[in-house]
Amino acid sequence: MIEPLLKVKNLRQHFKISRNFTVKAVNGVSFEIYPGETYGLVGESGSGKTTIGRSIIRLYDPTDGEIFFNRDKISGELSHRTWRRLRKNMQMIFQDPMSSLNPRKKIGDIIGEGLDIHKLYSSQKERNEIIGEILKKVGLSPAHAERYPQQFSGGQRQRVGIARALVMNPRLIIADECISALDVSIQAQVVNLMKDIQAETKCAYLFIAHDLSMVKYISDRIGVLHKGYLVETGTTREIFSNPAHPYTQSLLSAVPQPNPAVEKQRQLISYDAAKANYEKATMRRLSDTHFVMT
Amino acid sequence: MEKNILTVKNLDITFRTNAGNIHAIRGVDFYLPSGKTVALVGESGSGKSVTMKAVTGLLDSNAIINSGNIFYNGEDLLTLTKKDLRQKINGQQIAMVFQDPMTSLDPTMSIGEQIMEGMFLHKKISRDDARQRAIELLNLVGITDAENRMKNYPHQLSGGMRQRVVIAIALSCEPKILICDEPTTALDVTVQARILNLIKDIQAEMNLSVIYITHDLGVVAKVADFVNVMYAGKVIEVGTVEEIFYDPRHPYTWGLLSAMPDLETDDDRLYSIPGSPPNLLHEPKGDAFAPRNKFAMKIDEREEPPMFKISETHYAATWLLHPDAPKVELPAELKSRLMRSRKAANYD
Repeated sequence: MIEPLLKVKNLRQHFKISRNFTVKAVNGVSFEIYPGETYGLVGESGSGKTTIGRSIIRLYDPTDGEIFFNRDKISGELSHRTWRRLRKNMQMIFQDPMSSLNPRKKIGDIIGEGLDIHKLYSSQKERNEIIGEILKKVGLSPAHAERYPQQFSGGQRQRVGIARALVMNPRLIIADECISALDVSIQAQVVNLMKDIQAETKCAYLFIAHDLSMVKYISDRIGVLHKGYLVETGTTREIFSNPAHPYTQSLLSAVPQPNPAVEKQRQLISYDAAKANYEKATMRRLSDTHFVMT
Repeated sequence: MEKNILTVKNLDITFRTNAGNIHAIRGVDFYLPSGKTVALVGESGSGKSVTMKAVTGLLDSNAIINSGNIFYNGEDLLTLTKKDLRQKINGQQIAMVFQDPMTSLDPTMSIGEQIMEGMFLHKKISRDDARQRAIELLNLVGITDAENRMKNYPHQLSGGMRQRVVIAIALSCEPKILICDEPTTALDVTVQARILNLIKDIQAEMNLSVIYITHDLGVVAKVADFVNVMYAGKVIEVGTVEEIFYDPRHPYTWGLLSAMPDLETDDDRLYSIPGSPPNLLHEPKGDAFAPRNKFAMKIDEREEPPMFKISETHYAATWLLHPDAPKVELPAELKSRLMRSRKAANYD
């Protein structure tokens, strides 16, 4: 059996706002990501999908639960060594390519920062070669290393964001809504690039998005989040052809389709979120890969 | 022929900036038939929002209108003064729903006041009547417990509720035309579907004509009767929604359609349009889409294609439709996709 690359067990992430008020963003979410696969995380805004991504890469300290990465436990206190290993092997691509690149740094230095910190080269020449190589891989040219972020278009900047994550040769890349700020034609370019890179480097993706047709297209398995609970998880086929949870069904019924005849007869399935009470719910097994909360 | 409530003719707009003059709109024509829904589709920078800003007189002060007419009920809006436009047209005849409900409401005013504000400005109406009307509007847009909600402030409402309030404000003076600028991009899919249905119901009830500005083809398929595809400041293809989705003719429309996966897409790769849209700081020579078009011919580099007529309602600006042009095969993925959707729709 293949060992999971990432194992999230009962993750809880609460934010204390004041003495009497705590936001319970994530409430006991468990899932696994295997090497080389793409796991899609979908849900409406406020469902906790971004929080999960950020807790995994330890931008937040999880309130409760355990996270294992490559057999290292990465929740709780970490040793210096584990930190370094985590930082090298897990990378993130952020949502907004306009604000996630430092405007005062050259592209080459933005991409090279991780290399500098982890001392992954022996000479300046080698550093430049690595950066040039990665720029070529994401469809830019090595000469671009000398430019600043504002000299690039949105799609190109997102390529830089991808290059920055890739240069560390990570095992897992967390892509948080990484295409939603881009134009439709550019989205397709970036998604194709991500697929090509995965085929080449066998890295795994945690693909966080709210656009279900894109998630379906890129993911091997999908988890559906609602109010900080994972209400359903399964392979892409299982989720789309046989959605079991009423929330998943309502979500799928709302995905716009580029076909007028289909759109004009579409019936929405409504889901009363106020009635949902997940606190005592348990996961029911439908198949080896398909689980639903009941 | 149906009567057009709004006609934009040969609109041409330049923006003066520090970097130089940006020729943002390069001769746009479009029509809004009364009671119908027209969508303007295109990438950012294609000029769809600028066109609508010209209609509502909201253009920034560095915009220069070089030529063109915008006829609303036979009156050219471009000849009106800003004051007349504000008093007679905006809000009363033509109302707008903006993209982001988080920022388009005033955080310091209760939503009831905000809905009534326009009515006091444009109509002789008593406070009691305005209040009554505002409650009716809130009910119309599906907000329950309207009477109490009137006192709420925007931050007390969710995104979907806020967008409903924005729609209620737009409808407060019974406009004839509703312009929706990406009304649902900031919202979740389930909320989006509900808002689109709402606009549709209200349209039927109040006999509104609606213009959608969007880049989401799924939304277009749901709401539109007619579609205008824009690229680099021009309308490059126009047709009924069926013509655009089942029989597109412009390579850019092909690209847009195939770049968006539908739920049946199983291919390993998405078709993507290479490159990025042109910078209108430098006037494109020939067909603006040619550098990204794999079907581009020599003439595309020299001369801009005119609109070729395909049917009474369907026109496209590409040299591929010229009688002398070679026949081209559609990309395979798109071809199977079109077959599939035509079949689902029983389209000839």
